[in-house]
Amino acid sequence: MSEQIKFNLNGEDVVAAPGETIWQVANAHGVEIPHLCYSPKPDYRPDGNCRVCMVEIEGERVLAASCLRTPTDGMVVKSNTFKAKTAQTLVMELLVADQPARAIAHDKDSKLWQWADKLEVSTSRFPRRENGGETLPADSSHPAMHVALDACINCNLCVRACREVQVNDVIGMANRGANSKIVFDFDDPMGLSTCVACGECVQACPTGALMEATRVDKNGVDRAEEFTETHSVCPYCGVGCQLTYQVKDNEIRAIQGRDGPANRNRLCVKGRFGFDYVKHPDRLTKPLIRLDKSSKVGDIDLDPSNPLSHFREASWQEALDYAASGLQTIKDENGGNALAGFGSAKCSNEEAYIFQKLVRTGFATNNVDHCTRLCHASSVAALLEGIGSGAVSAPFTAVEDADCVVVIGANPTSNHPVAATFFKQAAKRGTLIVMDPRGTALQRHATHMLQFKAGSDVAMLNSILHTIIEEELYDRDFVNAHTQGFENLKKHIVDFSPEKMAPICGIDVQILKTVARTFATSKASMIFWGMGISQHVHGTDNSRCLIALSLITGQVGRPGTGLHPLRGQNNVQGASDAGLIPMMLPDYQLVEVDHLRAQFEEAWGASLPPKKGLTVVEIMDAIHNDEVKGMYIMGENPAMSDPDVQHARNALAKLDHLVVQDLFLTETAFYADVILPASAWPEKSGTVTNTNRQVQMGRAALDLPGDARQDWWITKEIANRMGLDWKYTHPGDIYTEMATMMPSLNNITWHRLLEESAVTYPCDAPDKAGNAIVFGNGFPTDSGKGKLVPASLVPPDELPDEEYPMILTTGRQLEHWHTGSMTRRTTVLDQLEPEAVASMSPSALAARSINAGDKVVVSTRRGVIELTARADTAMPDDMVFIPFCYAEAAANTLTNSALDPYGKIPEFKFCAARVEAVSE
Amino acid sequence: MNVVINKAAKRGHPGRGRGKTSPKPKGRQVILAAQQEVSALISDLPMRRDLLIEYLHLIQDKYGCLSSAHLAALAEEMRLSQTEVYEVATFYSHFDCVKEGEEQVAGSAIGKVTIRVCDSISCQLAGAEQLIEELKSRAPKDVRILNAPCMGRCESAPVAEVGHNHLLKTTAQAVLTAADNGDTHPQIPDYTDFESYCRDGGYASLKACIDGTYSPDDIIEKLDQSELKGLGGAGFPTGRKWNIVRNFAAPRLMAVNGDEGEPGTFKDRVYLETDPHRFIEGMLIAAWAVGIEKSYIYIRDEYPAIIKILKLEIKKVQDAGLAQHVELEIRRGAGAYICGEESAMIESIEGKRGLPRNRPPYVAEVGLFDHPTLENNVETLFWVRDIVEKGAQWFAAAGINGRKGWRSYSVSGRVKNPGMKRAPAGITIKELIDNHCDGMADGHSFKGYLPGGASGGIMPARLDNVPLDFGTLQEYGCFIGSAAVVVLSHRDNMKEVALNLMRFFEDESCGQCTPCRAGTEKAVKVMVRPDWDVDLLKDISQVMTDASICGLGQAAGNPINSVLKYFPEDL
Repeated sequence: MSEQIKFNLNGEDVVAAPGETIWQVANAHGVEIPHLCYSPKPDYRPDGNCRVCMVEIEGERVLAASCLRTPTDGMVVKSNTFKAKTAQTLVMELLVADQPARAIAHDKDSKLWQWADKLEVSTSRFPRRENGGETLPADSSHPAMHVALDACINCNLCVRACREVQVNDVIGMANRGANSKIVFDFDDPMGLSTCVACGECVQACPTGALMEATRVDKNGVDRAEEFTETHSVCPYCGVGCQLTYQVKDNEIRAIQGRDGPANRNRLCVKGRFGFDYVKHPDRLTKPLIRLDKSSKVGDIDLDPSNPLSHFREASWQEALDYAASGLQTIKDENGGNALAGFGSAKCSNEEAYIFQKLVRTGFATNNVDHCTRLCHASSVAALLEGIGSGAVSAPFTAVEDADCVVVIGANPTSNHPVAATFFKQAAKRGTLIVMDPRGTALQRHATHMLQFKAGSDVAMLNSILHTIIEEELYDRDFVNAHTQGFENLKKHIVDFSPEKMAPICGIDVQILKTVARTFATSKASMIFWGMGISQHVHGTDNSRCLIALSLITGQVGRPGTGLHPLRGQNNVQGASDAGLIPMMLPDYQLVEVDHLRAQFEEAWGASLPPKKGLTVVEIMDAIHNDEVKGMYIMGENPAMSDPDVQHARNALAKLDHLVVQDLFLTETAFYADVILPASAWPEKSGTVTNTNRQVQMGRAALDLPGDARQDWWITKEIANRMGLDWKYTHPGDIYTEMATMMPSLNNITWHRLLEESAVTYPCDAPDKAGNAIVFGNGFPTDSGKGKLVPASLVPPDELPDEEYPMILTTGRQLEHWHTGSMTRRTTVLDQLEPEAVASMSPSALAARSINAGDKVVVSTRRGVIELTARADTAMPDDMVFIPFCYAEAAANTLTNSALDPYGKIPEFKFCAARVEAVSE
Repeated sequence: MNVVINKAAKRGHPGRGRGKTSPKPKGRQVILAAQQEVSALISDLPMRRDLLIEYLHLIQDKYGCLSSAHLAALAEEMRLSQTEVYEVATFYSHFDCVKEGEEQVAGSAIGKVTIRVCDSISCQLAGAEQLIEELKSRAPKDVRILNAPCMGRCESAPVAEVGHNHLLKTTAQAVLTAADNGDTHPQIPDYTDFESYCRDGGYASLKACIDGTYSPDDIIEKLDQSELKGLGGAGFPTGRKWNIVRNFAAPRLMAVNGDEGEPGTFKDRVYLETDPHRFIEGMLIAAWAVGIEKSYIYIRDEYPAIIKILKLEIKKVQDAGLAQHVELEIRRGAGAYICGEESAMIESIEGKRGLPRNRPPYVAEVGLFDHPTLENNVETLFWVRDIVEKGAQWFAAAGINGRKGWRSYSVSGRVKNPGMKRAPAGITIKELIDNHCDGMADGHSFKGYLPGGASGGIMPARLDNVPLDFGTLQEYGCFIGSAAVVVLSHRDNMKEVALNLMRFFEDESCGQCTPCRAGTEKAVKVMVRPDWDVDLLKDISQVMTDASICGLGQAAGNPINSVLKYFPEDL
């Protein structure tokens, strides 16, 4: 317990905790002190520059900034003396002198005006600065944000937002004195700068100089709309940022970040500006039934804005009857295993739970899977094998306690942008090691950037393991107490010296050794990985190496340590937990273990198929083999997301009966027999579980459009038409049933989630926070020990050759989500990244006489697409990167469907390709 | 080859299909040629963030400006964001940032030669305004004329700088001739070099420290007894400061303040240009006594000759094995008065914008790179050898009128013989003018004086018998500061003088805090009006004094207050 500091504030004896500022103590005691450059929000350092919070300290000649100053014992502080009040008011008057008139303010209710009102400053006697007022032109170069520096008071909150909170490092304070000016990069228009549009600056600005473009009119004047606010969670990535919808007339007008455990008010461009897809004219609002089954062919191309070319509208009654009877007929004629279901990691836990329950009890098959198969299936396979749990051992916010952070095969600034902010902050305090074949935005912050040869992960990681074992840097006690298989690993690793591996992975011997030593000897080291690790035929081996690295060094189970596969989708953790996978029931209970299955049979009152089901890619193959004939797909888009996608499209076309439940006429829905219009995230309530194992509450803010329905309701209606008798009336009913089946959700009730918005599992008591860091005392394996599994070198399935000399790798972009069905229909995101694009190094383009911006043809053994070339110095010369969100040039036309033998995950990150200029 | 391109028709495009994708990632990309040029300048040098300003100098020196292409390449090389580089480059007035597409325009605007003309108070009194006007009308197109703040050569006003060549008591003709002849390099004055300094007993005191003849306590005690004070302007007892820093945990660093920018001040320049080793020895003794790991010597960019001298002479000292106890690094300012403020200087040494820090914590405890830091002014260190050698009494006894020690008054303005005057602490202005400057200049009668440059307020002639020292002028609303005495005469309008000083503060305000940034800017706007709005100016002065972060803002109101108090007839 640290000493409390006793001091006197405005005549009252008060106490401060160490480090607490005068302003904070005053605030806690209800003493209002004006403040503009200070934000009491988390992670905003006080800067003391606006000087509106001045207080008088006895014995000091000048006033002190209360936001910054910490009291000392016996200090006598007064915020209400004539001198202090005069300074506060004069500072405000100096600032108001240069503000645009309030009638035409960009934010009429800005913090500045609120405090000006309280200080009774409405006008100023001081002369206006040159170029001040309305004459300073606004910068409307960015589609999402309006910049009007005539209202800027140089408080630099936006600089701290951009540089210290989000660490995007775009905004600076240039020039000097009265000419000081907020700039983007080199005083560039915001829209042409390196700005990634996280909007943190807008959220921080106390004057309206930086505003959401939606909140001002064409003259930059505040629309002054009254909002209804609803607290929820972001539907995009696995970070799980909490947010607040600001709604007017059933329309989301703005989004504010909220203080959730994973985001502490931060958001990224998608979470802040990516929601108007829900109102897109393409939105499906009526159930649709296919006109002509014969139109189902593999290369069909429909217009998503005109489904009536191939479908007719139907009533819900008719559509549901048609959907269910089609499935029932196949089951009756061919057995349950002729059916399959794809749920989605974009849906809620409740939706995932009843979806898999329907497939297992209604369809009578375990053929249920979702896109986890395409993301981290190999990571989960290795984690379950090694430490008995597929979830992360610690949240990404644990990097605050880490001395060494490894990020491998992940591009979090694009894919987990808010998690990346924590990594960048951590890099300022400790060592950040980035390992990736592609250059990443994170590398500027890294101590070491290991840009290794694509596909050589195991060689590189084994050499690091070799050094740690060879130099005896491993944690002997931890190895003895908590692992098994060390001797075996030690023997295996002898052949993988850095000297031998360096030529294979392309990383210098000394760097390999330095990284090994740093990781092993740091007080706390933590590993993060993404799909660069998992989406390989050796994805499970890659993960095994990372697990071994963490285990032999004892870098797990303590603050600042751990293993963290960054989960992709907003609810990929929760959907997997809920049993949306073919070999496991909820909470990873193996289908094929009789006594485990029996518990569910009893609870659900149904007998369950005893054999594990097929995975995503296997289901497509099974359709081609006439084994699977009917499918129910909720919110997934395999016609875009599967590898070798033409193969998948041909499979979908071949189905006798396909039920698709979605928001839009997706590429998958092109092949549907019936389409059921579903609910978008801001229209529904339900829980989701993020990458940190935080179960969070999403709340509906909008009415459903037209005849669209809640997803859980649609699933229930199909179930009830297939002989089940479900009575759920609300997602809460489903959650409560699910929680009784899942010990991981012990002590986390629906009601508690409504109250607290987020609870981490596992959680020991209803009134205790969940356990953020697990495995402090062994692992949930049979032996209680972690298993070290050696990995050998397995080459990628398809290596470049003369005909296809380049490596094609795929992934996501910051602005687009997954297959693009939502984000490409979002105004801001579409403006920022409007077209299919292939990134290559400038010299690789030059070698092919291609100019950046030219159209190129990219081909592999599986297909050919045409798209625009982008010159990106982050790319190695032998590699082309294509995001898979663009329907008009679907990257997965090209990818290889070869699978990792354990995780059954396809090798999206590596195949041989050829790039050519388009010959006119 | 017969291939089918899998291409969804435009109508199948789920986006609007309107925009074109960017051919490059977001923002400005690094151009290969610029990268090679920057790399050629710095590739052998350490990639430390704190060296950013040094590297900006290298580019500016080589290419005459900082193009966006070079700045982007430098950012990439140093692994900094573009904005971090830009905000630093634009903070300092000796850097010229040029955007893409502006090179041609700027090429002529920046010109082949840049001429800076000092327009601070002493030079203004000597006709800087007319000089600038004449230069602007006569200079060829490729010569750029800029107003600049005090260049620290006030005894030779008016002063202009052609390239890096300072011309003293100059004329438009002399300046244009120098520009025309390409006479742009600093002139190295005659000075006492290492050999002659040693012949005269130099470095004996340092050696006596290193060989154990003295202990650090001995030295600090001598300083205490001598009552040597910080002569940069704050007047903090030097011995006490050394002792404070010494008691904080290592590593301890040192910053030598050679950013003599207070208008009217030039004493440090005189000492460094004539007897640099007396300063170097003092610094080395300080580093030894306080246990300093590394000392940074920050010299203003207006003193290029001194930077050359110090580089040369410090190398000799190091080669002689006299500086083994401390690493030394010379840093070059870049045109920012505020960096003379001790915490702003620390920010600048760290390679950042020179923004003063809020205190506490004080730099003695949390200074350079957050380590305990001893910051001393050049002149303060200059006295150390003599105090060690001749004893504390020798120094302390020099003062008169109840004051202790020697002072170095930089006298300029309306006196017959301006210059750096070594005189006792406590001397009065009357004695200083009469006994050290041969009286007032012909045709000028004494009306008032600035006792401490632009910041120290304006004293009236009737207060000509006040001892000049730390603390003695406080009751008159003035202070001695760096002892930059600018003498004013009946020909000088005090409103004009105050406006000149306020314009200086406006130009040199770092812009960080509202009272100073907006206060100086608005004060100038009010002061250029024919009639001063006294209430408004008093309010501005008040808020600047009470609420500014650093001494610049806190003192910026002094000229206003002095004019109102002592020279109402000039209003």
